[in-house]
Amino acid sequence: MCLAVPAKVLEIDNAIGKVEISGVSREVSMMLLPEAKPGDFVLVHAGFAMQIVDEKDAEETNALLAEMKGAPRTVGAIEESVSNG
Amino acid sequence: MDKQEERELAARLVSEIKALAEKTGRKLRFMEVCGTHTVAIFRAGIRQLLPDNVELVSGPGCPVCVTPDDYMDKAIAYALHPDVIITTFGDMLKVPGTRSSLSEAKTNGADIRIVYSPLDSIQIAKDNPDKKVVFLAVGFETTAPTAAATVLAAEQQGVNNLFMLSAQKLVPPVMEVLLNDEQVHVDGFILPGHVSVVTGTGIYEPIVQKYHVPGVVTGFEPLQILRALYRLVKQVAAGEARVENEYEEVVRPEGNPVSQRITDTVYEAADTGWRGMGIVPLSGLKMRSEYAAFDIEQVMPLPEGELPPAKKTACRCGEVLRGIVTPQDCPLFGKACVPTHAIGPCMVSVEGVCAAWFKYGQGRFEYGK
Repeated sequence: MCLAVPAKVLEIDNAIGKVEISGVSREVSMMLLPEAKPGDFVLVHAGFAMQIVDEKDAEETNALLAEMKGAPRTVGAIEESVSNG
Repeated sequence: MDKQEERELAARLVSEIKALAEKTGRKLRFMEVCGTHTVAIFRAGIRQLLPDNVELVSGPGCPVCVTPDDYMDKAIAYALHPDVIITTFGDMLKVPGTRSSLSEAKTNGADIRIVYSPLDSIQIAKDNPDKKVVFLAVGFETTAPTAAATVLAAEQQGVNNLFMLSAQKLVPPVMEVLLNDEQVHVDGFILPGHVSVVTGTGIYEPIVQKYHVPGVVTGFEPLQILRALYRLVKQVAAGEARVENEYEEVVRPEGNPVSQRITDTVYEAADTGWRGMGIVPLSGLKMRSEYAAFDIEQVMPLPEGELPPAKKTACRCGEVLRGIVTPQDCPLFGKACVPTHAIGPCMVSVEGVCAAWFKYGQGRFEYGK
């Protein structure tokens, strides 16, 4: 439940941010992160931007998210590293 | 970093962890206290990777799982009230109370709406001025500011038919309960990533100092978790106990001060009940008296006798949450209780230990081998 989703801020108007999450545009509240600006990547939790992050971290969270929404298991890189020695 | 480099780094970290753990001459046990970490650890198969002398155990990190029956019973009682619309995150729907669940109440006609954000409740309240809209405010420090901000926004917009049924929980007090529990043994904590985004890293310092048990904040990538474990083992091997931050690109030492201030405006610390742990002093949040007008329990208290008496169950979720039994020790796990027909909250929630065990771990590894 504490999972926050990475998003790109497109525009901000009156503490409402238009953001892009995995290609989908939606509105989030910027009330808890007044310092964010258009172009920033932010973590979004329960409809609120919570923290500014860099773009790389934003991309890496996505596979985990998909599986938490019910996608089947994908084998992690670490496990393969052991079976491959 | 490409996949090959990631694999090599992971293998190197595992061998370092092994060597350092051997230096301690005993078996080390580390606990994660975040449901997203639980899923991430199972998903990457990290438990299977670790050497025999390092064991991982899941703690009470899943908000849905730690929410006790009596909260669900209250939520259901309000839901069945004809004047009430319940708004909630979707994962609360199937959590069993004593007699039924919100899902059953919905089938029986209760008006229960799943929201993505607590803020969505404001529009529902505006659209239904003759109803009381009650948001089920559960979650840890990450979620509390979103509920608090919703209360402030409702106040600002003059919405007076939106209320909270609050059961927010705080992570550090429950860590302390586990450290004082003789049945639980923990050598260090993998500290939650997104809770720490809000709180910062300082909130763990008093416990780490007092109990001399290290903690490392980390993210959700397999390598981040392995690096956190490496840093934990390294501290234990050196006889040290510090809070370290392996998620510096996201977690700032001071956290998110605006979130902290907004939570503190609306809420104050209070004793609260946890599944399997009973009432833990000052481990939750209640609404301050200034915001009593937004607290459904103050505005519309449930009459005595409206809640069902506690029942006995074979479900061992409460012990699973403290890391003292594994899902396989439960007589229901994988038999009567499976994800499609979950009996206990540890199986209901995708972040629950039983659900993760069933999805990723079933029959493939021995716990703590």
